[in-house]
Amino acid sequence: MRWIRKHLLAFAALAVLVYMLVPNVVVALFSFNKPSGRYNYEWTKFSTDAWQHPCGTPGICDSLGLSLKIGITASVVATILGTMVAFALGRHRFRGRASTNLLIFMPMATPEVVMGSSLLTLFVMMGVPSGSGAILIAHIMFCLSFVVVAVKARVAALDPRLEEAAADLGATPVQTFLRVTLPLTAPGIAAGALLAFSLSFDDYIITNFNASPSSITFPMYVWGASTRGTPVQINVIGTIMFLVALVVVIGGQLLGSRRQRAAA
Amino acid sequence: MAGHESGDLRLAGISKQFEAFTAVHPLDLTVPAGSFFALLGPSGCGKTTTLRMVAGLEEPTGGRILIGDKDITDTRAYQRNVNTVFQSYALFPHMSVVDNVSFGLKRRGDKNADRKAKEALELVQLGEVARKRPSQLSGGMQQRVALARAIVNRPDVLLLDEPLGALDLKLRRQMQIELKRIQSEVGLTFIHVTHDQEEAMTMADTIAVMNSGRVEQLGDPATLYEHPRSTFVANFLGQSNLLRATVDRGEGNGVVEVTSHGHRLEVRRDHVPAGVRDIWLGVRPEKLRLGDSGGPNRLSGQVTDVSFTGVATQYLVRMPWGRELVVVQQNDGSGRARAGETVTISWAAEHGFALDASQDADAGAQLEDDHG
Ligand SMILES: Nc1ncnc2c1ncn2[C@@H]1O[C@H](COP(=O)(O)OP(=O)(O)OP(=O)(O)O)[C@@H](O)[C@H]1O
Ligand SMILES: [Mg+2]
Repeated sequence: MRWIRKHLLAFAALAVLVYMLVPNVVVALFSFNKPSGRYNYEWTKFSTDAWQHPCGTPGICDSLGLSLKIGITASVVATILGTMVAFALGRHRFRGRASTNLLIFMPMATPEVVMGSSLLTLFVMMGVPSGSGAILIAHIMFCLSFVVVAVKARVAALDPRLEEAAADLGATPVQTFLRVTLPLTAPGIAAGALLAFSLSFDDYIITNFNASPSSITFPMYVWGASTRGTPVQINVIGTIMFLVALVVVIGGQLLGSRRQRAAA
Repeated sequence: MAGHESGDLRLAGISKQFEAFTAVHPLDLTVPAGSFFALLGPSGCGKTTTLRMVAGLEEPTGGRILIGDKDITDTRAYQRNVNTVFQSYALFPHMSVVDNVSFGLKRRGDKNADRKAKEALELVQLGEVARKRPSQLSGGMQQRVALARAIVNRPDVLLLDEPLGALDLKLRRQMQIELKRIQSEVGLTFIHVTHDQEEAMTMADTIAVMNSGRVEQLGDPATLYEHPRSTFVANFLGQSNLLRATVDRGEGNGVVEVTSHGHRLEVRRDHVPAGVRDIWLGVRPEKLRLGDSGGPNRLSGQVTDVSFTGVATQYLVRMPWGRELVVVQQNDGSGRARAGETVTISWAAEHGFALDASQDADAGAQLEDDHG
């Protein structure tokens, strides 16, 4: 009894972990399935076919490539713009600062359906053709908000005395930014960039509104495929994405703790 | 000292205004090159603001700042050969201690930056924590890192904003001696901000006592202590007994006779400002004697409190008009008294000083030492 009570917290944590990981485990498991029909919903037979031919289904790797391209471009642009906005908002008092704060927050609060459809209306009105260009503009727009929020928290927590100390010690404004400001806000910027990428990569609703038949992103492909049948390759790519995310997160953790230890 | 020597720091009419609030009133100050200068004053009197203007972190509302003959008023902080030890340390949290210390040298492209940084850390007795992060050090250690980070650059002027505030008494004394040694060895100009009057008096060649944005008095520690020119300085620098008195015409050989609460007392002539009639007559507690042996000035009152402090005993003696005088007697076997006893206290004419009576007698007599 005592033992159980003592380890209650560990049990709870374990249960939550299982709850969160089960879907991923199932996806990974079914990537080794060889379904009998078009749908990969029932375990039939072990096979590594799909792992050997991840692009074996027409269109899947094109859609993955497009999603990666949009995801990377959107997150890079949104991170650069968002970081600049965050510094402006965090550092300077200017007229319209409060309303800018509100506007930045809007895309996060607006339901995606509303945003997707209104963007489509806007693009049609302005004569912007649907397709990957329109999708990219839309993604940059909503990713921007998340980057701003992530970076702004870091900027607000940054002690202005540190930059003064750098200047006092002879660092030019550029050196101060590169050696003090940037390293101290980097965790926020990295978090913003990762968030932007994953938001862009798996966005379905807004993308769907603004897509053309030639711009099928990965989530759209999966959704379209599920009405026709679900190729095992979807599970393979899903598993790979999960593993990549895992490596990034664990890598980040290790880097952090190694720094700590190096310092000790 | 000649005012235009090469490295003297000169503040000419420097002032700072934050919107409607004047933090520093126009201030003229010359700090000779290589001297240890203390800026002393209560919290909020404008010490940090003055330092920040010298460092280039705050733009003065008016006035000029010069080092030697060079006007640096319009240069930016990174262009000035002035370094600051910040009140809040401001160590870079993402760098190791040694990288913090070598930061300034590396910005100037010094090839021996790492070696010099290590030496500076040895100097503040932190050689063994060079690779740690600032967050892993105690407050006192961080303060010493901040000190090393500034000293290592050998600036024209080193600004220290309460650099010893977080240290315990023993380490504080040790660092005071160390700071003095470093200062005389490398010959840097130190401007040391503190609200600890004892620290200012033991360390500085010259002290400027500041009060609400103004310099009340400037001078060497002994002059400031023996001849304060305002009640604020008299009370802020050590303790003072102030007696209300009027100057009489009758004057003898080098002394002025005054009357205080019906008692005839005398003060040395050159301790009385010219042309005033109503004065505060001030005497330091350790100049008063229990008994008649102190001199011709005598008052009697009742002892209300006795506190033994080891080398000395402090008495509170209530005068017939209500004010309590503080008397400090060395425990050298001379006259003792007990609480409740009626005693005579005496002092010599040269131990008194007179201040214009239009000032508040309690100005500056706040909490002796308000940091832990
Ligand atoms: N940026 C600012 N804006 C407005 N007022 C300020 C600013 N900086 C300082 N002040 C005001 O100027 C006055 C002097 O401040 P300063 O920091 O120079 O005091 P200080 O003598 O260093 O006090 P302490 O011993 O507490 O450090 C204070 O009343 C403070 O409120
Ligand atoms: Mg201060």
